[in-house]
Amino acid sequence: MVAMRQPARSTAHLPLEVPAEWREGLESNVLAPLARTSWRYFAWIGFLAVVIAWAVVMYVHQLQTGLVVTGMRDRISWGLYIISFVFFIGISHAGTLLSAILRVVKARWQLPVTRMAEFITVVALMVGGLFPLIDLGRPDRILNMIWYGRWQSPLVWDFLAITTYLTGSAIYLYLPLIPDFALCRDRLGPTAPAWKRGFFNLAAAGWTGSAVQRRALDRAMTIMMIVIIPVAVSVHTVVSWIFAMTLREPFNSTVFGAYFVAGAIFSGVAAIIILMAVLRRVLHLEEYITINQFKALGFFLLAMSLVMVYFNASEYIVTGYKMEAGAPFHFHDLLVGYLGPYFWFYLVGGLVVPALIITFPRTRTIKGIVFAAVLVLIAMWIERYLIVVGGFRVPLMPYTARHYGPSLTEWSMLAGAFALFALIISVFAKIFPMVSVWEVVEHRGPEPGEEVLEFPSFGSTDAQAPEVAS
Amino acid sequence: MNSAELDPDDSNTGPPGTVPALARGVQRRRILRMAGSALFAVPPLAFGARAWLSRAPASPLEAMARMSSAQAANGRLRRWSMVIDLRSCDGCQRVGKPPQCTAACIEGHFAPQPMEWIQVYEQELPGNGTRFVPATCQQCQNPPCTNVCPVGATFSTPEGPVLIDQERCIGCRICMAACPYDRRFFNWATPPQPVEALGMKYEVEHQAPAIRGTVMKCDFCPDMARAGTLPYCAQGCPNNAIYYGDLEEDVATNGKAVIQISRFLSQNSAFRLNEEYGTEPRVYYIPGAGEAVGRDSSKRGRLATVWPWKKVASGSRTWSR
Ligand code: SF4
Ligand code: SF4
Ligand code: SF4
Repeated sequence: MVAMRQPARSTAHLPLEVPAEWREGLESNVLAPLARTSWRYFAWIGFLAVVIAWAVVMYVHQLQTGLVVTGMRDRISWGLYIISFVFFIGISHAGTLLSAILRVVKARWQLPVTRMAEFITVVALMVGGLFPLIDLGRPDRILNMIWYGRWQSPLVWDFLAITTYLTGSAIYLYLPLIPDFALCRDRLGPTAPAWKRGFFNLAAAGWTGSAVQRRALDRAMTIMMIVIIPVAVSVHTVVSWIFAMTLREPFNSTVFGAYFVAGAIFSGVAAIIILMAVLRRVLHLEEYITINQFKALGFFLLAMSLVMVYFNASEYIVTGYKMEAGAPFHFHDLLVGYLGPYFWFYLVGGLVVPALIITFPRTRTIKGIVFAAVLVLIAMWIERYLIVVGGFRVPLMPYTARHYGPSLTEWSMLAGAFALFALIISVFAKIFPMVSVWEVVEHRGPEPGEEVLEFPSFGSTDAQAPEVAS
Repeated sequence: MNSAELDPDDSNTGPPGTVPALARGVQRRRILRMAGSALFAVPPLAFGARAWLSRAPASPLEAMARMSSAQAANGRLRRWSMVIDLRSCDGCQRVGKPPQCTAACIEGHFAPQPMEWIQVYEQELPGNGTRFVPATCQQCQNPPCTNVCPVGATFSTPEGPVLIDQERCIGCRICMAACPYDRRFFNWATPPQPVEALGMKYEVEHQAPAIRGTVMKCDFCPDMARAGTLPYCAQGCPNNAIYYGDLEEDVATNGKAVIQISRFLSQNSAFRLNEEYGTEPRVYYIPGAGEAVGRDSSKRGRLATVWPWKKVASGSRTWSR
């Protein structure tokens, strides 16, 4: 990334040399949602609660009847649940990984969005981790995973990798939150209700901002950001291995681990862009999250789309050239058959169009970049659908290939998962500052219109234009 | 030729309660078969397997008797194995019934609809003919399905058969993704089951009653073999195409003839399904298309399997594969 070449400001320049009013403004803007709540917020929470309740009702019905209420059957034995599992775990990737890599290289443009990125990781992991449980035929026996767990099983690897990643991401989210909790304690504490005051007190962990504490925090964050990178990579690799460890033709591939990691980062960056746009609007953070952040992430998205093109080419050209048994069926499905429309939407709408939107300066606006991110997110969900359903459809024996269509129960569960995702983010936005105030103050200073990044501008001079509004 | 005829059971989703006459017939046959099993089981009790140590088995009865213990004559473990002679399999076209191996296995194990633990696939041959390939679980000796199970609910046994403990299975179905032979079946709901099944005590070697949310498959009937009888499928085959025996003793029988497995395999160019997977199946095939029982390989199609079970378990449902 170009951002890596930017000289970072020293982290030790204390006391702060930012104007007092700017800092005041930032603090009160970021903390405002934590102090006030409008009726619209409750209406939104109520709506999400209804969707989740509906999913719970459908799940209870599934528990009572069995998985026959889904569209899955013996020959396509995994469906929308596992697709959504892979999708959510994918989304979780960009957050921590991105923020850790950028912190390691001391880039500073991303500081206002690291908090959101880390939130996405934790919440997506919590939601995505539910899907394998929803998918179980006997969830009542889940403890067998502990009593009889076997190291040889890819599912056990998943279980371990995801719990490790969740723990690590939660710690990594919490560490930079400590000074902000202290800020909440000091600024909001006196007027907040008792429970909130108690919570801020506890969460701030006695932070005073002394030099010793700062050094300790700095060291802890450095360790976590280095540890979290290999953990994140390993998580999506083992997620891909629940497929790649089988003998089925489209799954039987050594590139799957890397392919899934790239896809995970790709969809995760798209998710961050979307969440960033939403929170920016809802929490009135326009001053701190500007076109700069969108452009930077947009370029990252562009780079990842090229990586995805590369992986698709290596996967499909290598298997398509040899046309082993099963491959002709699979290619027919993807190119002109049952899955054709989805496959072409994925290739064109998910890889080419977003890349073009970001490449041309005319469309490289906040709206354009968010639109590209939405396309990518939809396409990446479809990509997982193609992998799972397309893979299971290839007949293993002389039988007629089966069709799969998710049932109402499965769609309800997916809707419930998105609602849960939004609910957790909404609730967290009320308890945690969504922008890392102290880091922004320390590293960035009051230059909201400043062009932090120098990108090649493809024949236009918009690089200096301070576009703030979308 | 439509696809339904190529794979008759895909289209067979009719309710099981509509065939009472057939169900009665099946009940009667099961009783007869159980009596037959008891006959097979008597010799080992009466004579003891070791009496035959010094000479080759002359009759199927004798062969089964010699195999009727978990230990082979030389003191080593049994290695149960199956040889299916495709020259004698005509998909039961001659008798005009659905495949009788499948029917026998279903009634012996109370296999839920739509599970065919032994499924007779119709495979295209070069030219314009087809052949029928009855496929049990291949009892892989390097089984991809057991490798991936997170809780060890499916496992290889020392005698060879790969079994499933439905009381431990958590229903994750990763084994179904891993089996390259399409030989695992999931209880997507509580299936209709006969009263006998519901009253049985569950055993890993005899998976009844079926438990919702768990995986099932052919268990290779090691309990039957130890009791001195052939598996239901081998007994059910009207053409005696299915041989069952012990690789350790190098002997197998189809209920009519006795073979020395190693000689039979090499003399008849035996093969195993998808050898390239490296799964090392315990089920061998002799190439053929039913010619030994007078089938013309251009005669396509077989009848669809039916399940005689009426709805007994409350809230039971059937589904299609
Ligand atoms: S479905 Fe059951 S037998 Fe199969 S892998 Fe999962 S726990 Fe093991
Ligand atoms: S045929 Fe399938 S179920 Fe049977 S042992 Fe082999 S992999 Fe396992
Ligand atoms: S060996 Fe037993 S379980 Fe397997 S198909 Fe034959 S009768 Fe059924």
